[in-house]
Amino acid sequence: MDTFTQLTLNGLTEGSTYALIALGYTLVYGVLKLLNFAHGDVFMVGSFIGYGILKVLGGAGDPQVPVWLLLTLMVLGGMVGCAVLGVAIERFAYRPLRDAPRIAPLISALGVSFFLANSFQLMFGAQQYNYGIFFLDGGSLYTEGFNIGNVHIPLIAIITILSAFALMVALWLLVTRTRTGKAMRATSFDREAAAMMGIDIDRVIVFTFIIGSALAGAGGVMFALRVPTAASIGFVIGLKGFTAAVIGGIGSIPGAMAGGLILGFAEAYIAGYWTTRWSDLVIFSVLILFMLFRPSGLLGQAGIKKV
Amino acid sequence: MSQPEDLQEPSGPAIGQDEWVARHGERRSRRSGWIGDIEERARRAPWWAWLVLFVAAFALLPLVSHDGYVRRVAFETALYMTLALGLNIVVGWGGLLDLGYVAFYAIGAYGYAMLSSPQFGIHLPTVVTVPLMVVVGAIAGFLVGLPSRRLIGDYLAIVTLFFLQITQTVLVNGDQIAGHDLTGGANGIINVDPFHLFGHDIAVQHEGVFAVAYLYIAIAFFAVVYVALHFLNDSRTGRAWRSLREDALAAEAMGMPVNLLKLMAFSFGAATAAFTGTLFAAVQTSVFPLTFSFALVITVYTMVILGGQGSLAGVAVGAIVVNVMLEFLRDPGDARILIYVVGVLALAFAFGRTRKLAVLLAAVVIFGFVAHAVAEAINPDWVAGPAANGFDQALSNWVIIPTELANWVGPVSYIGLVCLALALTLMSPRWRYVVLVPTIYLGTFVWENVLLAQPDATRYIVLGVMLIGLMILRPNGLLGERRVEIV
Repeated sequence: MDTFTQLTLNGLTEGSTYALIALGYTLVYGVLKLLNFAHGDVFMVGSFIGYGILKVLGGAGDPQVPVWLLLTLMVLGGMVGCAVLGVAIERFAYRPLRDAPRIAPLISALGVSFFLANSFQLMFGAQQYNYGIFFLDGGSLYTEGFNIGNVHIPLIAIITILSAFALMVALWLLVTRTRTGKAMRATSFDREAAAMMGIDIDRVIVFTFIIGSALAGAGGVMFALRVPTAASIGFVIGLKGFTAAVIGGIGSIPGAMAGGLILGFAEAYIAGYWTTRWSDLVIFSVLILFMLFRPSGLLGQAGIKKV
Repeated sequence: MSQPEDLQEPSGPAIGQDEWVARHGERRSRRSGWIGDIEERARRAPWWAWLVLFVAAFALLPLVSHDGYVRRVAFETALYMTLALGLNIVVGWGGLLDLGYVAFYAIGAYGYAMLSSPQFGIHLPTVVTVPLMVVVGAIAGFLVGLPSRRLIGDYLAIVTLFFLQITQTVLVNGDQIAGHDLTGGANGIINVDPFHLFGHDIAVQHEGVFAVAYLYIAIAFFAVVYVALHFLNDSRTGRAWRSLREDALAAEAMGMPVNLLKLMAFSFGAATAAFTGTLFAAVQTSVFPLTFSFALVITVYTMVILGGQGSLAGVAVGAIVVNVMLEFLRDPGDARILIYVVGVLALAFAFGRTRKLAVLLAAVVIFGFVAHAVAEAINPDWVAGPAANGFDQALSNWVIIPTELANWVGPVSYIGLVCLALALTLMSPRWRYVVLVPTIYLGTFVWENVLLAQPDATRYIVLGVMLIGLMILRPNGLLGERRVEIV
């Protein structure tokens, strides 16, 4: 039972990160019908921005500001930096191709992904970057925490899970309660009709990229709090985020959150009860089955195809 | 009884004849003089004449150069050309974004390696293994295509990409499948037999240099695939593929078996990849899982898109350009000069032979000397970087090459260059012309100090930029077919 609780906790931590990436895929896919291959690399850039801010402010062991402020600044910095990056990617790589055949922006997205990953390798090398260990009141964030039964919950897991969920709630409110959110939903439902109703499509698309990339940036920093980052992590993380988006139903926001958590749990249970060796294989195979038999995902709506 | 003139000789287009097509020859601008004559003749030459000419030129290469390195590069170029031809079937003709293409290359290579190495102690003759792998590749393509055939666009791309990931996972972890070692795991399979043809083992190294025989085999592979694809392109199937690519719905309405056609495109592409894979394994005499990575997918895609999707000759040209370029970038010594030649040519192409170009180049040169002088005045170490002789020596009087690059300079100058280059595309022509000067100079600085230090990353950055730029500026590549866009 303890193992199970522990694995559930791991899955929740991991899954909340996947959910943040999946949201970015889903938002962009909903509005542009474009699979943004570069999204995983935006995530990687976010983790590097967090590292940069950390180094400027003195490092994890001896920060010049309180730890809570440091972590907040890192996450915010990652979000802002990635939002700028996302807008630039949209402006320079996708917008010129908006009316091209559908294969063209996909290939351009591959190019962006490859460009980002290798640019960061060029600038910072292929080595891993570790944030180090944060301390709060003399105790490490990685060891201090609560106990449920025999299972220890470190503070870092609580921080990650809570902030991820706070971001998701904020996104949910944004999309359902604001005018901009309404415009996003309208655009994703039918772009042309939305344009005819006076919605500025370009603005909506830029806004979508800002939100999606900012979530990826926050996810990148939270991910790197637990796992060392490197220039090459974007590809596999991006694949997993996309997997989560498809499981939940691409285009659906609650679907992306659910998909991220399901993927996190699945990975944790497979790794805990069976083997880490084949866990990727199992997950990708399940995804292929999903795409074939239920391409609309768990929570997605079957699209009505117009001819 | 007299009829109006205009009824007898209609001035409008003739019925049943497409005016635009009929006058096609007249519209084509023809250069005067002997250049025009040669151009006209070259245009009329049949396709096989070009192929024969090309193969002959390729085959004569070893006579010109006895350098093993040159032969090796020529061999790899031919290999890539064949590989790109296969991808062209799927992407260029079928219009299917198959990101798992390299997995079939891996299947061919590993299949050959398993059947001709001490791994299982099997040593089948080459004439059996190679056709067998082609069949296996075709079947594998069929099987992957079978579930994917209903998917379109991005979904297909993702499923095939996952297939590549799965293939790689299996290859890496294949040394412990139910306690058996099938693929050698991360260490791959070594001691693979070279080709055995006409009763001889063809060694990869002949008298210390790369064997000419393999160059000929590679070019023969290419020629076989090229001829087969040429006839395939003109066949019913080829035409059906193209109509499928342009508009799948219309093709289906015309009664074409769309699903079967997609499967065939997958199968033919996969068979070509597996065919190429056997040769790769034989020459490497070993196979490793990491060779068949996503980076290879991007490389082959760049070849197909640069050359022009759908055009056989274009794809071959694209493969040559990309592979030779990557080879130049591998060794900074050669690449260093290449970028200046390419840069000046690109500027000449953009501005034509005008005064603007001359002024721009002069401004860049002057800007460089001024910047160099200022840097030297502040700190002599900033310009005292290592310089070899000749061209590099001259260059180091112009480009700032510090003895030691501070940690932050590389990232800052690189990001600055990317931002400046992107900003250029948004400026008005006059401002663009002015800002181009510092951009070019910053470009040379980054090139000398940052990009050349890491050739591996640089090669892939170039590929990524090429993909984005090509899709935006010239989606039909160098020799691609112009598509008719239906609005």
